[in-house]
Amino acid sequence: MFILSTFLTVALKGADVPTTAEATLEATLRFEGVDKHFDNGTTALTGVELSIAPGEFVAVVGPSGCGKSTLLRLASGLDTATGGTVHAPADSVGYVFQDPTLLPWRTVLANVELPAELAGTPKAERRDRALDALRLVGLEGFEKQLPGQLSGGMRMRVSLARALMTRPSLFLFDEPFGALDEMTRLRMQEELQRIYAETGFSALFITHSVTEAAFLAGRVVVMSARPGRITASFEVPFAHPRPAELRYDPDFGRIAGEVSAALRGGFQ
Amino acid sequence: MSAHVTVTAQSEDVLPATDYTQATPPAPVRRRRARAVAVLTPLGSLGVAVGIWYAVSYLLLSPARRFLVPPPQQVLTVSFLDWTHLQPMLQALWLTAQVALVGLLIASALGVTMAVLMSRARWLERSLYPYAVILQTVPILAIVPLIGLWFGFGFTSRVVVCVLIALFPMIANTLFGIQSVDRTHHDLFTLQRASRWARLRKLELPAALPSVFTGLRTSSGLSVIGAIVGDMFFKQGEPGIGTLLDVYRSRLQSEDLFAAIILASFFGVAVFAVFTLVARLAVGSWHASADRP
Repeated sequence: MFILSTFLTVALKGADVPTTAEATLEATLRFEGVDKHFDNGTTALTGVELSIAPGEFVAVVGPSGCGKSTLLRLASGLDTATGGTVHAPADSVGYVFQDPTLLPWRTVLANVELPAELAGTPKAERRDRALDALRLVGLEGFEKQLPGQLSGGMRMRVSLARALMTRPSLFLFDEPFGALDEMTRLRMQEELQRIYAETGFSALFITHSVTEAAFLAGRVVVMSARPGRITASFEVPFAHPRPAELRYDPDFGRIAGEVSAALRGGFQ
Repeated sequence: MSAHVTVTAQSEDVLPATDYTQATPPAPVRRRRARAVAVLTPLGSLGVAVGIWYAVSYLLLSPARRFLVPPPQQVLTVSFLDWTHLQPMLQALWLTAQVALVGLLIASALGVTMAVLMSRARWLERSLYPYAVILQTVPILAIVPLIGLWFGFGFTSRVVVCVLIALFPMIANTLFGIQSVDRTHHDLFTLQRASRWARLRKLELPAALPSVFTGLRTSSGLSVIGAIVGDMFFKQGEPGIGTLLDVYRSRLQSEDLFAAIILASFFGVAVFAVFTLVARLAVGSWHASADRP
């Protein structure tokens, strides 16, 4: 799994490694006509068609309760589809929850180490990887702190580092910055897309913020209200890493406006 | 309009210098006052209680009936300051403490184990929990004769009483703690394909620890009560403090009776304080409940 993701990273960054056809054509994640009904009678998703290429960052926007989170639970295998098929990576995915979901009795370092610890990675190796991940999210020097001593933004960074730890080929983000204040939220968006530019993973990012989606993703997908289905898709053709000022760029604004309009159309 | 403005301007000039300093003294002074209040208030209520005690002894009771509530200084001189009276009490208290501790250890181990088992399978919980509840509701005194028949009338039976009385809070609190683990935390472990053992050891048990300590504090108090009740009914072997209470009652040694009651109460408070401290050391750094007594 590690080898695969490294290979993808290298391939996507355009290093002179011969890319095989399978690696580029094979989608990292693919939904084919996916339905999800719950036992209580609600239909969360109908006929979802979505494909994420290796190294592609796709954001999903939609009204609340449209089944966005269900999409992630299906992609990660936490839940199974009632119709259609989900092709997901066989290795573990990096899942960043809405809340940081840190274990309050573990230090920052021990929290980040957890996935590798559960996978049985030797202690020295997982320590090194955890320290690398913490450095990547800018939390050097906070290893010994407990989550309760950190701010909301820092806790989310730890959560991000923990997901980076497994070096997954696919990241799933479930509105990770939704609970943060505006300033922290913007900073976290910039950090995340810097990390994305550095490591080149594939990502499915759920949010209800149109600008967040457009700023982070190469493609923004719009979902309708429940039952959720995909109604529109927009390319956001700016190269990563993107500067913070991109948010005030007229072209960026135009795309965000189109996404917004499509989102409003979904309410009718 | 202009007059109004002048008035407010004047009052603003004058007020801050006087009013504000009176309202809020500097932080260290406030803290010292708060600490003084925290110490003095309970001492004050203790003074009032002793005062009432004196009033009952000397004003309410005739000298002939004063043995029912002997005045405080008499309890002090006759029992606490006389080593021949105090020594057997302390020795008995030590024995009772041992009974309570052994009972608590068994109840904790058994309670946590049962709770873990119940949390593993719904059918186990359904079949075991009702009996745990029954254990809690059956009056312990009703089964004391049976315990005596089965386990004899000595140390073992006293411990059995402690276990029976202290078991339920351990089961209930541990089970509650395990069952209230966050769903997203479970998702986190599911994503990593964690084994059931890893999930128990690294998620469920640590998360349940604050609840386990809440149970432990309740059970420790109950275990002390159980040990004293056990002393009263199972008198073979060395006497516990409960045995002595019964002896003093039958001999009308009311000063000793009062002294023994006070000692037993202090012991109960000490046990509670120790387990509060243990809880704070164990989970206080990450869980706020440990701060509350």
